[in-house]
Amino acid sequence: MANYSTNEFRSGLKVMLDGEPCSILDNEFVKPGKGQAFNRVKLRNLNTGRVWERTFKSGESLEGADVIDQDMEYLYNDGEFYHFMDPTTFDQVQADLKAVGDAASWLKEQDVCSVTLYNGAPISVTPPNFVELEIVETDPGLKGDTAQGGTKPAHLSTGAVVKVPLFISQGEVIRVDTRTGEYVSRVKS
Amino acid sequence: MSDWRPTASFDALGRRAALLMAVRQFFAQRGVMEVETPLLASAPVTDPHIEAIAARHPADNDTWLYLQTSPEFAMKRLVAAGSGPIYQICKAFRRGERGRRHNPEFTMLEWYRPDQSFDGLIDDVCAIVQLAAGADLAVIRRSYRDLFVEELELDPFAASLSELRNCAQHHLELSFDSEDRDTWLQLLMSAVVEPSLPADQITVVEDFPASQAALARVEDDASGHAVAKRFEVYYRGMELANGYDELRDAGELVRRIRADHSQRQQAGLSMPPIDRALLQAMQAGLPACVGVAMGFDRLAMLHCDATTIDEVIAFPLERV
Repeated sequence: MANYSTNEFRSGLKVMLDGEPCSILDNEFVKPGKGQAFNRVKLRNLNTGRVWERTFKSGESLEGADVIDQDMEYLYNDGEFYHFMDPTTFDQVQADLKAVGDAASWLKEQDVCSVTLYNGAPISVTPPNFVELEIVETDPGLKGDTAQGGTKPAHLSTGAVVKVPLFISQGEVIRVDTRTGEYVSRVKS
Repeated sequence: MSDWRPTASFDALGRRAALLMAVRQFFAQRGVMEVETPLLASAPVTDPHIEAIAARHPADNDTWLYLQTSPEFAMKRLVAAGSGPIYQICKAFRRGERGRRHNPEFTMLEWYRPDQSFDGLIDDVCAIVQLAAGADLAVIRRSYRDLFVEELELDPFAASLSELRNCAQHHLELSFDSEDRDTWLQLLMSAVVEPSLPADQITVVEDFPASQAALARVEDDASGHAVAKRFEVYYRGMELANGYDELRDAGELVRRIRADHSQRQQAGLSMPPIDRALLQAMQAGLPACVGVAMGFDRLAMLHCDATTIDEVIAFPLERV
């Protein structure tokens, strides 16, 4: 793996720190007019999700981490593991709930997710920005009530609960923004 | 992609132009002459923390020249030759310095006054900060030592290396160690003391450790510590100026250059040539004078209420 010096640190760069794969979030160059330059770097530990702040002397370097983001299709959950497949090579990986994390509530079979692989093993899963999911349970819809702006909770097929407008009814398919967990629109079937 | 476009808005560039005009007027009113010196120099500064950008000599393929890291040397030659008070607004260049407040090519406002006192120089610097900020700001003057004692409970002159290291490690997660006192002092200054300075007033920090004198005169303070007659000016958490009661002793300058060189050698850095013309000028006699360098882009940031340097320069490094 290549080494990256502090002046190559960019947000999104994957590096090894204390033996853990990390993604750089922010790199602030600090230099007194007269004196040593430093870089104050924020990194996300990709194994734990925790954010680290570390101060480097400018010019220090870190080894790159063997981390890639791969688009993979979600296959199924066997009760313990979530299975994903590379749609071109049909290579498959299984991720545990720790790696899938919050993405679990948005995973629909055949949707394409971004799976982060470290040394070939999945360590995190990012669902598509928008998913279309069926409502399995909500209070009955109120016809014509489109302007009032009230909301009610709706349970989706994946187990997620989102707030939807009052006119939405059970059995309908809705579009949800997975980054915010918010209802976007009704999907006409 | 629209990379050919400037990063600064035309509103910001307009305000920057207005500030340039106001600064020139400020000096014209005080009888300080505007000068221009070459951007290409035969020798760069020897400062171990500043790297110059080299360029091929236009007439001799085997010789390197250096884009100046500040106009300091050439301006001192003018003062030694009898120019009287002078100022310059020019480009300066420093390798590797890129960040929210740094661009490797930047604009420096620098001036030298043989007709003025150290206190008078501080007053002028603060007046220019107020000009840029467009407000009447309170000014407080603090000694380097007092700030460290207050903020870190640490005497920067008396603390041992391990006390400095422990203090830094207590405040920050670090990836390095160092045997160099100044590295710890500079880290504590920029990462802990500086952010604690009040944002709404101008802070003038004085009496730096002698090891950080650069080209300032050194003298003993009341408690017998050797301190550099040097000041830095901060406002809104930004370092804006570095001013000196100028060193005039050519022999002492040679000693400091040697110390810089040995530090550079240890760090595996390039060994830049020494500016003979500056040494000759100082030997011929630099009149007692005070001088200061201000980052003009940062003044423009204040003037435009900007948070990054890219908002006040048309084309930063990535767009040249």
